[in-house]
Order: sequence, then structure tokens, then C-alpha cells
Amino acid sequence: MSLDVAAIRKDFPVLHRLVNDKPLVYLDSANTSQKPQAVIDALSNFMSHGYAPINRSAYQLAAEATDLFEGTRSALAKFINAPKAHEVIFTKNATEALNLVILSWGRANLNAGDTVLLTHMEHHANIVPWHMLVAERGIQLRWIPLTHDGQLDLSNLDSLLQDVKVFSFTAMSNVLGTINPVQQLCAAAHKAGALAIVDACQSVPHQPTDVQAWGADFVAFSSHKMCGPSGVGVLWGRESLLEALPPFLGGGNMIADVRLDGFTTAELPAKFEAGTPAIAEVIALGAAVKYLDGLGMANIRRHEIELSTYVLNSLTERFGNDITIHGPTNPELRGATFSFAFRGIHPHDLSQVLDQANVCVRAGHHCAKPLMRILGANATARASFYLYNTQQEADMLADALDSASDIF
Amino acid sequence: MAGLEDLYREIILDHYRTPRNRGELDAPAVSAEGHNPLCGDEIRIFVDVRDGIVTDVRFNGSGCSISQSSASMMTSAIKGKPVAQVKAIVKKFKSMMTVDEDESPVDESLNLGDLEALQGVVKFPVRIKCATLGWNTLLDALTAAGQ
Repeated sequence: MSLDVAAIRKDFPVLHRLVNDKPLVYLDSANTSQKPQAVIDALSNFMSHGYAPINRSAYQLAAEATDLFEGTRSALAKFINAPKAHEVIFTKNATEALNLVILSWGRANLNAGDTVLLTHMEHHANIVPWHMLVAERGIQLRWIPLTHDGQLDLSNLDSLLQDVKVFSFTAMSNVLGTINPVQQLCAAAHKAGALAIVDACQSVPHQPTDVQAWGADFVAFSSHKMCGPSGVGVLWGRESLLEALPPFLGGGNMIADVRLDGFTTAELPAKFEAGTPAIAEVIALGAAVKYLDGLGMANIRRHEIELSTYVLNSLTERFGNDITIHGPTNPELRGATFSFAFRGIHPHDLSQVLDQANVCVRAGHHCAKPLMRILGANATARASFYLYNTQQEADMLADALDSASDIF
Repeated sequence: MAGLEDLYREIILDHYRTPRNRGELDAPAVSAEGHNPLCGDEIRIFVDVRDGIVTDVRFNGSGCSISQSSASMMTSAIKGKPVAQVKAIVKKFKSMMTVDEDESPVDESLNLGDLEALQGVVKFPVRIKCATLGWNTLLDALTAAGQ
């Protein structure tokens, strides 16, 4: 079934806002997505009529809040096909989810000389915590290079995986749009005896996710890129691994007992959820999951393949060699996130000109500076499309790009 | 809404297309490196200070039209000037950019010349960091030169 994008756009109030009397062309969803009315209502209804603490009070209001909160956990587990709801851990964002697993697992299991395999297309959130372990533990980092069209060069994967303790990689590049073969990579990691950690921030909002089919050990993603509120990240992990994992943050909610001489941890998932969480935001994330589920993630993926095909064809036909779009040219191998260079105009200047036409794109290094250096740029402009974007908006991007040449 | 003509004045684009004092200086000149962590812009400023005078200054790196033209205009404005006057120019420029942090008075008699063209940047607050990148790096370079 194809998406009824006109109907979807009606669900997103901000898309009807006129800025300086012109419509908004929001092409920055890889950064953060817009929110449908259902999510806004869930947030507002809970704040207005249901706000209460969770997990710690007997009164009905608190019990209802706990049910709603845990309802999101169950819905998310189903959404990513996790075997058990208590394997879904809420954090403050995906960066914290990655830090939780990297630092907690790393400190318990990695020693000087141990090797971790990463890729050249990682976000800083899947690089810097490892650098911290390099400083703390003396581990070594190894990197999978890229092919000329921005895919992982897997020709030496088996030898790169030799003696590796952890293989941590992105499911989809936030810069190149490249969708990686997660299932194949997890299988290769396990064959080499390595743990497989997947940064799924860019992929979970845009295509069906099945953590069991992937065969992953840990998967991290964020609420705000999948139509939910900011302030919530998710870490999914295999039950046995989470049971063995030491706690990350200490405090309230994560303990079974605290004595003067120590503490014991709570059961999953509370063990990793110290302190009061983003209660309202988690509950509203439940509405986002329901919204995306209702549309069908496979349908969203198909819409984005169609859009990608259109964007790639129309921009290259119109601008030829004046535009360089990074990443795979085959829309089946990529998401609708396009980093590009245009007529030698600096991305910052480009995004400033696009802003005159209300075309919202990101300009910068996209928290992937090692990848930027490999691309030979210190910044790119990035237009990223989502379920509410149209071919007409791709044309508006192209028109706005053309106008930039009048200035520079 | 501020129009792009407020931002991309002709003199700015001229310095962007034809940067002045672009390059490096050998020792005894010293240098400092500046980054804009938000956008990835990088700049290196070289200064040669002799007898309290900035006898030569160069810059290199990569960045947007605002960061590059601002650095270019800055080098033209300070070359050959005593360090004290250079610091007063920096202060006046940062004041114009609304990011002068300390309380000491700005020397209103100073004429910023072409640099006045960058005034429009203030209407685009995100770009103020672009315009001031070279200037903050210059202060670091002067510190490295013992000034």
C-alpha cells in the first residue's frame, strides 16, 4: 500500500505553518523529525489529566501513569520484535544508550590490547565513548573503510574481525544514507566471537526493524527521530547480556536494596533506569509507535525509496556535475538522506540561501568528523526526507539551490 | 525578516573570492588554531610580533564566506599595528558582533573601515560564530606570541 502523503501532512501541524508567508519545506528529519497531532495530544493529555510518578505510588493516578509508561515499552518491544518487553531500556537519548552499553560492557569485559571494530561512517556517539575506553583501558580501535560510493568495504571483513571483542556499527549512515547489511554484519561478528552493537538511530524511524532477524546483541535508537518527543532514547539488549551487564547510572529506581555497605540492583529494566525518567515523553513516544505502526513501516520504506529515486534523478538531471551527492546511487541501498556539495558553495552559505525559501537543511559535519575528513570536506549540506515529504518539496529544494548561484 | 543582501555585502564576497594575507608564516612567527565545533570550520592564524608591533599576519583553513572574509578583512585591518591597538580593534569588532565579554570601554573613535560591512551578520545570530572565529583565534595567537 502506498502512503497517502497528503493525509499524513494533515497530521503534522507544523507543516501548515507559513514562515514569512511561504510554506515550510522541512528536509531535516535525519536531525530530528516533526511530530504528528497524536503525539502532541498524548503529551498534552497526560500533562493535563494524567501526570503522576511511575513505579512508586499506590494511588490510581500513579498506577495509570505506570501502565501508560509500560505500555510504550511493550509497544516498542513489538515494534522492533524484541522477545521481551523488559529488554527495552529507556535512556535520555540514543547517545546515552550507546554510552550505557559501550562503557558498562567495556569496563567489565575489555582490557589493554583488546580490539574493537568500528566503521568509517560512524556518528560521534559510536566513536567518542570508545575513545574514552582507549584512554581508560588501553583498548585498540580498528576501522572498516568505505567504497567509492559510500558503502562499507567488506572485502576484508573476516580478517578485520580477527581477535575482535566487539563490532559496533551503524545500521544507516546519517551522512551518506547508506543502509548497511545488519544481519550479515551481526552474523560475521558472532562467527568471530565478537559482540554486535547496532546504532539504529537512522534506520528504526524509516524501515521495519526486527532485532531477532538481525541477530544483534544491543541496538540503540532515539524517540525524536521517529516522530516522538526529544528526551528519550532506547537501548534494546538480549536478556542474558543485560542481566550480566553492570549498572551504568546509580540512584533511585535501579536498586533492590541499599545498605550502608553497598547495594543490590533491581531486576530489568529498572536496573538501567536510575532516577525519574521522561515520563510524559515516553508515554507520547507510545503514540508515535502507534502512529508509525498504523501507517506500516514497510509502506514508509517504500515511500522513501520512491522519493530517493526522484531526488537522485531530478537533482542529477538538473545540475549534472554541479552537484555531488554522497553515498549509494541505488535507492534500494540507501535511505532518503542526501549529503551533497553544490557548485563549490560552502554548505553554511548554501543553507543560508535555502532558508530564504524556507527550505530547512542541515549544514555541518553531522557529528561524523572522521567521515567528513574521508570525504575531503569539513562540512556538507544535508537534505533528509521522511514520510511527510513530497516530490514537490524536492523540486523546491532544487529551485532554491539554483538561486544560490546568483550570489556566489 | 533580514534579507540576504544584509549578510552578503559585495565587500564581503570580494574578500571571500580574493582573500588577503592567505598563507602561512615561518618561525619566529607563531600560530593558533580555531574550530567552530558546530559546523566544522577550521582556521589557523599566524602572527609575527616584533617590538610590540604585529609586523605580519596570515591565515589559512576552510570555512564559509563569512568566516573566511571576516578573517581576511581582519588581517588587513591589523597588519603593521601595535598590539595594543590590535586588541582595541578586536574589542570593537566583537562589540559590534554583540559578543564583547569584558567590561572595559570600547574605543569608539576606532574606524573599522571595511569591517563595518559585517554588521549585517548580527541579524543572523547563528552566523556570529562564523564571523568571530578568526578573531578569537587571533587572540590565541597573540597569547602564543607572549602578548
